[in-house]
Amino acid sequence: MNVNQSAPPVPPFGQPQPVYTGYHQSSYGGQPGSTAPPTPYGAYNGPVPGYQQTPLPGVSRAPPSSEAPPASTAQAPCGQAAYGQFGQGDVQNGPSSTVQMQRFPGSQPFGSVPLAPVVSQPTVLQPYGPPPTSAQVTAQLAGMQIGGAVAPALPPVGLGYGPPTSLASASGSYPNSGLYGSYPQGQAPPLSQAQGHLGAQPPQRSAPPQASGFTSPASGGPRMPSMTGPLLPGQGFGGPSVSQPNHVSSPPPQALPPGTQMTGPPGPPPPMHSSQQPGYQLQQNGSFGPVRGPQPNYGSPYPGAPTFGSQPGPPQPLPPKRLDPDAIPSPIQVIEDDRNNRGSEPFVTGVRGQVPPLVTTNFLVKDQGNASPRYIRCTSYNIPCTSDMAKQAQVPLAAVIKPLARLPPEEASPYVVDHGESGPLRCNRCKAYMCPFMQFVEGGRRFQCCFCSCINDVPPQYFQHLDHTGKRVDAYDRPELSLGSYEFLATVDYCKNNKFPSPPAFIFMIDVSYNAIRSGLVRLLCEELKSLLDFLPREGGAEESAIRVGFVTYNKVLHFYNVKSSLAQPQMMVVSDVADMFVPLLDGFLVNVSESRAVITSLLDQIPEMFADTRETETVFAPVIQAGMEALKTLFQPQTGAYQTLAKECVAQGCCVDLFLFPNQYVDVATLSVVPQLTGGSVYKYACFQVENDQERFLSDLRRDVQKVVGFDAVMRVRTSTGIRAVDFFGAFYMSNTTDVELAGLDGDKTVTVEFKHDDRLNEESGALLQCALLYTSCAGQRRLRIHNLALNCCTQLADLYRNCETDTLINYMAKFAYRGVLNSPVKTVRDTLITQCAQILACYRKNCASPSSAGQLILPECMKLLPVYLNCVLKSDVLQPGAEVTTDDRAYVRQLVTSMDVAETNVFFYPRLLPLTKSPIESATEPPAVRASEERLSNGDIYLLENGLNLFLWVGASVQQGVVQSLFSVSSFSQITSGLSVLPVLDNPLSKKVRGLIDSLRAQRSRYMKLIVVKQEDKLEMLFKHFLVEDKSLSGGASYVDFLCHMHKEIRQLLS
Amino acid sequence: MATYLEFIQQNEERDGVRFSWNVWPSSRLEATRMVVPLACLLTPLKERPDLPPVQYEPVLCSRTTCKAILNPLCQVDYRAKLWACNFCFQRNQFPPAYTGISEVNQPAELMPQFSTIEYVIQRGAQSPLIFLYVVDTCLEEDDLQALKESLQMSLSLLPPDALVGLITFGRMVQVHELSCEGISKSYVFRGTKDLTAKQIQDMLGLTKPAMPMQQARPGQPQEQPFVSGRFLQPIHKIDMNLTDLLGELQRDPWPVTQGKRPLRSTGVALSIAVGLLEGTFPNTGARIMLFTGGPPTQGPGMVVGDELKVPIRSWHDIEKDNARFMKKATKHYEMLANRTATNGHCIDIYACALDQTGLLEMKCCANLTGGHMVMGDSFNTSLFKQTFQRIFSKDFNGDFRMAFGATLEVKTSRELKVAGAIGPCVSLNVKGPCVSENELGVGGTSQWKICGLDPTSTLGIYFEVVNQHNAPVPQGGRGAIQFVTQYQHSSTQRRIRVTTIARNWADAQSQLRHIEAAFDQEAAAVLMARLGVFRAESEEGPDVLRWLDRQLIRLCQKFGQYNKEDPTSFRLSDSFSLYPQFMFHLRRSPFLQVFNNSPDESSYYRHHFARQDLTQSLIMIQPILYSYSFHGPPEPVLLDSSSILADRILLMDTFFQIVIYLGETIAQWRKAGYQDMAEYENFKHLLQAPLDDAQEILQARFPMPRYINTEHGGSQARFLLSKVNPSQTHNNLYAWGQVTLTSLQPPPLNTWQLLPCSSLL
Repeated sequence: MNVNQSAPPVPPFGQPQPVYTGYHQSSYGGQPGSTAPPTPYGAYNGPVPGYQQTPLPGVSRAPPSSEAPPASTAQAPCGQAAYGQFGQGDVQNGPSSTVQMQRFPGSQPFGSVPLAPVVSQPTVLQPYGPPPTSAQVTAQLAGMQIGGAVAPALPPVGLGYGPPTSLASASGSYPNSGLYGSYPQGQAPPLSQAQGHLGAQPPQRSAPPQASGFTSPASGGPRMPSMTGPLLPGQGFGGPSVSQPNHVSSPPPQALPPGTQMTGPPGPPPPMHSSQQPGYQLQQNGSFGPVRGPQPNYGSPYPGAPTFGSQPGPPQPLPPKRLDPDAIPSPIQVIEDDRNNRGSEPFVTGVRGQVPPLVTTNFLVKDQGNASPRYIRCTSYNIPCTSDMAKQAQVPLAAVIKPLARLPPEEASPYVVDHGESGPLRCNRCKAYMCPFMQFVEGGRRFQCCFCSCINDVPPQYFQHLDHTGKRVDAYDRPELSLGSYEFLATVDYCKNNKFPSPPAFIFMIDVSYNAIRSGLVRLLCEELKSLLDFLPREGGAEESAIRVGFVTYNKVLHFYNVKSSLAQPQMMVVSDVADMFVPLLDGFLVNVSESRAVITSLLDQIPEMFADTRETETVFAPVIQAGMEALKTLFQPQTGAYQTLAKECVAQGCCVDLFLFPNQYVDVATLSVVPQLTGGSVYKYACFQVENDQERFLSDLRRDVQKVVGFDAVMRVRTSTGIRAVDFFGAFYMSNTTDVELAGLDGDKTVTVEFKHDDRLNEESGALLQCALLYTSCAGQRRLRIHNLALNCCTQLADLYRNCETDTLINYMAKFAYRGVLNSPVKTVRDTLITQCAQILACYRKNCASPSSAGQLILPECMKLLPVYLNCVLKSDVLQPGAEVTTDDRAYVRQLVTSMDVAETNVFFYPRLLPLTKSPIESATEPPAVRASEERLSNGDIYLLENGLNLFLWVGASVQQGVVQSLFSVSSFSQITSGLSVLPVLDNPLSKKVRGLIDSLRAQRSRYMKLIVVKQEDKLEMLFKHFLVEDKSLSGGASYVDFLCHMHKEIRQLLS
Repeated sequence: MATYLEFIQQNEERDGVRFSWNVWPSSRLEATRMVVPLACLLTPLKERPDLPPVQYEPVLCSRTTCKAILNPLCQVDYRAKLWACNFCFQRNQFPPAYTGISEVNQPAELMPQFSTIEYVIQRGAQSPLIFLYVVDTCLEEDDLQALKESLQMSLSLLPPDALVGLITFGRMVQVHELSCEGISKSYVFRGTKDLTAKQIQDMLGLTKPAMPMQQARPGQPQEQPFVSGRFLQPIHKIDMNLTDLLGELQRDPWPVTQGKRPLRSTGVALSIAVGLLEGTFPNTGARIMLFTGGPPTQGPGMVVGDELKVPIRSWHDIEKDNARFMKKATKHYEMLANRTATNGHCIDIYACALDQTGLLEMKCCANLTGGHMVMGDSFNTSLFKQTFQRIFSKDFNGDFRMAFGATLEVKTSRELKVAGAIGPCVSLNVKGPCVSENELGVGGTSQWKICGLDPTSTLGIYFEVVNQHNAPVPQGGRGAIQFVTQYQHSSTQRRIRVTTIARNWADAQSQLRHIEAAFDQEAAAVLMARLGVFRAESEEGPDVLRWLDRQLIRLCQKFGQYNKEDPTSFRLSDSFSLYPQFMFHLRRSPFLQVFNNSPDESSYYRHHFARQDLTQSLIMIQPILYSYSFHGPPEPVLLDSSSILADRILLMDTFFQIVIYLGETIAQWRKAGYQDMAEYENFKHLLQAPLDDAQEILQARFPMPRYINTEHGGSQARFLLSKVNPSQTHNNLYAWGQVTLTSLQPPPLNTWQLLPCSSLL
């Protein structure tokens, strides 16, 4: 997109070029020796705009091919490099004519074709890019936009092309067919975004049926078609089609079309295929060979990868067949499609093994016996019956559980069931709780446990007759017999020490050392606490919170405060013996806010004053937590220094630790966060805190943290039906044995990921059941059990497995797995493991499920087609591939955060949302459609918001209209915008309102306040911003999406051969 | 021997000294044969309204090993302006200020009536008095309330510039900061952990942070941050604050479950108090006042566990070596006491509880530092309240009757050496030519530190005659002793009181009568008793009794007149006549007998016995019994059951108790209400008389005695019955009822069942 817009401004770009070159150079410097090239490029830029791009990539990637620069030859090398090379894109761009463009859309569902070139050449190239972009390019761009449907201006063209995009993304099979079979189709199906392209949608929808038709065997969900579908159509259409159907982003096939187009505009798919086939055959005898010959072109590009470099690779054909970024699966598209397809209907949980809509889709849930996906999401909803199958597929079986998830207002929170003295009814053997899957027998006098098959007596008071279907007559009156999620009131047996818990308490522990005082933090915090205390979490309709509060300040020593309501003034108690911490007072430390209001206010007023003159720079930490914990228990125990031990004790005492850090230097977050981590708490980090800049963020986080509903002193256990069992757990908690997850505190944001393994055969008929039971103390001090049940299907066919996976959840699991792995293994090993596993998953699919096709084709299961792009994002995240500027603390912090993220959070965290602000009409109330996170998608005449749940950027293109600048920033020109600005001025105009409103709504969606950073194009802060353009090659060495996809393909092929 | 009695009394009044012998046997051998050692009771700060201190400094003997102070016994050459030291015979030049000296113009210290003289030292910074309250909060509500009131009251009695501090303790120990507005601050320590002085000071922030590179700039007085300021503040500044703070003191909030004692961290609290003063005001007069309502139950210094089912140690347990915590606790408190003494501070213990509070273990804190020990049943009694108030009583000059950080130095002439001291003091371990190799009491030194003392504090000081028999002292020779007491007066002045005494030597073989006549049996009894009690602290009770008996027998052997095999022939001269009686009662006294006393009580009694002056000590040894009747004025009667008569009212003063006992008839009369009838007004007066007398005693005594008003058959009559000699219960030959104290007859030896006198004699 940006290209497109950049077209007009080209001149400006051109000028800066020189400057940029230098800039780029430096950046590239780090990369494989492209140092020399830069200058040459400079030269190129001038003379041959069109070619510039091509040369760049070529050079940078493959020095040998650098000779190529001249012209088409250059392209050729690129092709080889294809696998990783930016060159590809460039090449395409260069050659691509408008005509091609047009076709692209058709062939490549992802309207962004034009961008492709840019993609290949990350930011660095940009500068060069623009100049070269000739009229053609711009035209292309225009087309692209249309494809994206974003740009209204170009509707005509866009329309035509747009549809195809959507198709492609929506269901591989169709697009393929569309593409190859008839371009018109492609055109027809407009993107969902593309307004008015009704035509487009219908086809999509119709697709499923077709699919089913094709794949009669697959009873499967809508996505099935893609799987089988491809084959059929493929056959029908010819080789190429097949690959496309898989969608999988089959970049190659798609790319080919473009490529072909490139070379010979009209030249449709067929030629390509034919040409390719030979090449492939050579490489692989491919069982596929016969079916569809591998296309030489493809073959070469992949082999072209470093390893294969040696291969001669067909030079000429290659250039045209570059991987087109627009041809590869687009997260944006997938999200968009899922929204359109599944956002409107409520998700009814009655049916076993249903795959829920994506986390990015807004949908309502109707609980009809299975837990809402808000509580539990699984990597697959269809579990292989045998462990052999599971091993073969390598698809991790995991559930991401968020037991106390917040629900939208439309959905009722779980019913609370009170069984009185007797407590909840449980299986005698496995202790599973009564749930809808329990089978009542013998006229209702007994029930068979659905988890362990034990036959239990039904207690007399619980007896009920069965109806003719064997169901209890009262099934629908009882939540535990009809719903997936519900709560039991716990009896005293479920309480620690057999005593009902006392009301929970919050202890605020405030650093009052010199730095904290000087930065104004203490004053700020005390001021805020005064009002914040009115908003402690309450249960239900309770008038006031049952939560008591206590205050501690600390520097080198700890100060406890007695704020008993009967006191005339607060009492401060200093504990200097930090080596042997204890709580100096009993009475008056934890108080009811409303009763002690006056004393608390007086205290909070005085704290900043008292320490105003402090010179103390030393602070203690462990004793602080220790003290907090001590305060919650009545007995003193010997303490040990290690945080680990401390954390365990905290858990044992039900003490959850939240940590707000304001480091000015290295503080060893990894160590400090152990305690919050193990106690189910949160860590917040504000590096170089300054009141003016960070106050809003801190206060907002604090408010949310204090106000959120929390469960205390929780224990979670996941029970499974025979055949599988929970073997591994990820998240912020502590485990003292292998089954019980102990959480001193658990809030609505915290997630526990559980991995399952087979220990026996599963049965297709009975499926697999999960029951997650969480015993916790509500914030009103009530002891409760929250039960979530989920039934999954079991399959004997791998295809069923691949048809029912959820990539987002998979990524969530894999990220957590990898992030834990870095503690014990070198990062490289962890990364390789991830790649290997992913390759195995996809290879298994290719081998067992996909219809035979040329080995050169990358075939991805429909529901995993985003796996590579997301995985790449994980791989290049700061934790797994840290850049030089990422501190150890930052890594530890992120690592710690991710550990307890839910699927929605990991989704956006790894693949940030990039929202163009000025593309859609100001009036539209809806969020603007996101664009792919790549620099190519940025146009310098536009403004974008980027967010990933932690960061929020406002990127301002260099040639944004002055009016826009004025109405947003209240300054007259781009150059006057303050870089790094964190607050937008409040202006009374529609644009300003809209943008600020959007920012607010984004913040509201996230559990942490995202501080806004305004980034100007070409400003030095832009580096920071570009870090989040995850489809691009990253400065720290992370591969671009295209490159990675190629690499993945290579891996898969290696596995298959 | 009226003259000797007068002499003794005169000496006591003037110098505060009573010697066991007022004529000294001139050789070591003879001296040992006297049985009762040459010793004296010294009341260093005896109130002398007629003795205004002189405002200059004393003149010292220039010999470095002597440094005796110029005194009336020195020979002075007025013309040469020289004086000869009467201890080392060094001839010294008078200092320049004494140039005008002459026979008619003598400085006070040369005048005979100034054998005791007090100098005021002008040098040195004066530091205010310091009072650090250490308050137990594990008290019953009533007790705590009463205690708080007493403490608040005491604030008004303190001099306005005195520094006060407050530490409270229970399960935790809190050191209160006194200078804060708007918020009350305290430092809290856990009561289970023993901290070193350094740790305590670090934690209280008393150690100045090391300021590298910041040297004291000349001209700018080193800014000495008043580090202690936070915890010790002049009373006039924080009077209101502290009063409020005391008012808000709450009982220790930690729950005490049934069957448990509250957790009381006395050991740590004291340790912190000591550490606080040590770090802030070493060598400055300071008083740590510990108020406790029960035994320490946790941490260092714990005396008993918190399980109520395990009772606190008794003498029985101690004998059986069954007192788990005793040794360790004692060690802890001894360590504290020694540190305190080193710093010149003193520790008072006010223990009010019905059960024991661990005085046995803590006694050294008061004993070694010269602090007070007060034992009562409750803080809510007049016994405590008035005793406590009396701490702050003032003398005729309006000064507090307390002094701090005293060192007592004893110098002797060559024939004598000092063997030791018994009293509220610690040794300063100063060896010198006049230190004996034999130790009696705390010996091996010629100097002792007495960190807290008042005008009645009395030490027993024991000497050894070292003159050899074959080197007789020339006729008319006199031995001399000089007591030099340096101390901090309650007016914060540094003062030196010097007492120089001399006694004649006598050859025991030729002049035994002289020596005998100069025997001070009262002083001797108390001095021997002190020795006995001192031994009893470390030895088994029976051994001490046996030792005492043997001493008495030897004394009687030496000075008694008797015919063999005829007990009735035994006679002692007047100057010895009472001595056996004192010993008799001493044997029965709680100072040596632990039966029926708890270890705490024993410690308490012994504490007071070791520091009271002669009169009070005698009362303790042999309680005084007065009889009131219509037959005449009140008269002292023998402490014997025969004194208990139906028509008498008895008033007994045991020092610790005042008992008024109405005879059977009197009690009946009172019951019948005769005292209310006009015609029996004399009966009313009779009833009133002992009450008035008792009141008089109560007013003057510290600590306040327990006041018991009882009658024939009353349960409290046991206090009387337990003290009197139970002669009436035995059929014996002598009618002791007729013997009065004034008859000075020796007691019947055969009532000593343990003393086989006749055989020995």
